Amino acid sequence: MLAFALKRLGLAVLVTITVSVISFSLLHLSGDPATAIAGENATEADIAAINEQYGFDRPLAEQYADWLWNAVQGDFGQSYYFKLPVAQLISDRLSVTMTLGVCAISFALLTAVPLGVLAAIRPNSLIDRVALFISVAGQAMPSFWFGLIMIVVFSIKFRLLPPSGSETWQHFIMPTIVLGYYAMPAIMRLTRAGMLEVLNADYIRTARAKGAGAARVLFKHALRNAIVPVVSLAAVQMGFMLGGSIVVESIFALHGAGYLAWESIGRHDLPTVQALILIFSCFYILFTLLSDLANAWLDPRIRVG
Amino acid sequence: MTSTPAQTAESIVALSPGAMLRRRAFGHYGLLFGLAVLGLVFAAALFAPLLAEHSPYTQNLAARMKPPFWMAGADPSHLLGTDQLGRDYLARLLYGARISLLIGIVTAVISGLIGTTLGVAAGYFGGKVDLAVTFLINVRLAMPVVLVALAIVALFGGSLQIVILVLGFLLWDRFAVVMRSSVMQIRGLEYVNAARAIGCTTPRILLSEIMPNVVNNLIVVMTLEMAHAILLEAALSFLGLGVQPPTPSWGLMISEGKEMMLFQPWLITIPGIALFLLVLAINLLGDGLRDVTAPEAKG
Repeated sequence: MLAFALKRLGLAVLVTITVSVISFSLLHLSGDPATAIAGENATEADIAAINEQYGFDRPLAEQYADWLWNAVQGDFGQSYYFKLPVAQLISDRLSVTMTLGVCAISFALLTAVPLGVLAAIRPNSLIDRVALFISVAGQAMPSFWFGLIMIVVFSIKFRLLPPSGSETWQHFIMPTIVLGYYAMPAIMRLTRAGMLEVLNADYIRTARAKGAGAARVLFKHALRNAIVPVVSLAAVQMGFMLGGSIVVESIFALHGAGYLAWESIGRHDLPTVQALILIFSCFYILFTLLSDLANAWLDPRIRVG
Repeated sequence: MTSTPAQTAESIVALSPGAMLRRRAFGHYGLLFGLAVLGLVFAAALFAPLLAEHSPYTQNLAARMKPPFWMAGADPSHLLGTDQLGRDYLARLLYGARISLLIGIVTAVISGLIGTTLGVAAGYFGGKVDLAVTFLINVRLAMPVVLVALAIVALFGGSLQIVILVLGFLLWDRFAVVMRSSVMQIRGLEYVNAARAIGCTTPRILLSEIMPNVVNNLIVVMTLEMAHAILLEAALSFLGLGVQPPTPSWGLMISEGKEMMLFQPWLITIPGIALFLLVLAINLLGDGLRDVTAPEAKG
């Protein structure tokens, strides 16, 4: 187990470094950061001064090494636009995004798993059709559009929920549903497929034959086995969702890290964008690492293979 | 849930593979629905100049925000009304179908080429190649797509070409994953070994033995990624960092209609429903194709 964990951890570190190299070079090669800071009317002397001050005239590899060295120590530089340390900016905003992410994945699991189980118990029944419809519609629904429609219905027509902001828990209801619905279809399909497979397994027949109650068979014998892949999918989805929070946060003006990303991208604020890309990838890498380790711990076949 | 299990063993045995495929396809409502809607959108995109009475770009400030035909005060010459600048909404919707389809198809082709090359190489050669490709897939999955796409489009400046290129270079992961595992399943089969034994070159084995047997999976992933690309373009354009105005993109139409959605909600419902139906149709087509070509992999 230790060897597997170390190998997996090494891979995670390597992936993190590669992602940071790629995003750093992409951002620095695709635009001229000095012009972005100086603005449209800057003279050549201004740009030269900025290049001097920020060190943009140095080789890219040297700039990257510097940036990485500081980033490891928690210093992501100064934001060009907000004129604040990027680390402080992000840590202020991250709690909103994390709250949203946790709420959304809980919402997705709490709706998708029961639906998937019910659909698997009675395949081709009405509830199976409804579950299928919800998942197919969810995959085709543009989340930004779904968000706007919710604002029109619940904030404007019925005046039930606040349309934007992040002050109270009511502000999180619509963003949670919109972001959670994005993760629901995949979780539901996997739960349904897993339960269908498990319910046909021999040990379920054995459990029924020895007289175990229906609920006991369903929850203790079947769901416990079918839920394992769902947990790792949920971890992956959580990673995707934090990255996807940028769309939802900008619709509901929820001032989290996603909203910060949108603001800083529009203002060509490279250090902030750079740090956010790294942080969102780190979350994804961390979640998948944890789920892989948990799976390996639960299932010895994985860590040997 | 769709194909009928009622056929007896004899009737299946008697059918040719092609006839069996056709029978399954025609009994699959999701596939038929997807095909029909996609066909309609294609026709709308192709014949947009004939179907639309107006240009999608002509502004008419005297006729701003005319309501669509089902509301009071509608103008019969503008079936779906006009937007904030008095442009005909039906024309913008029809020309918008061109943008969505173009983005979906070209992106799926670019990412399909990248992902298939990587996936087939990893699956066929295994070993170090496989390790390298798996690593690349991991790196790609760890990059937050929306964030990276937005940042690159913002720095390069938004245009149709840039959006297509960025999405094409970002959405290859599923192709690589699926092609890798499909090729792995068949690379050790007898007919591949036989081809190798009679001295076929590697490119030949890949093209005439491996590819024909994984092309079904490729087509299924292609439909799903096409839908994915269309949704992402709409999201990027909605956030203002995708296709730029005055191009009639559905995402952009929703973004422009957002300001007025309090009083004129149809400005966002019309392009939203179009987007939803198109993506739904492509997904149903993809799911249907998977069910029909590989019924054993249903789930």
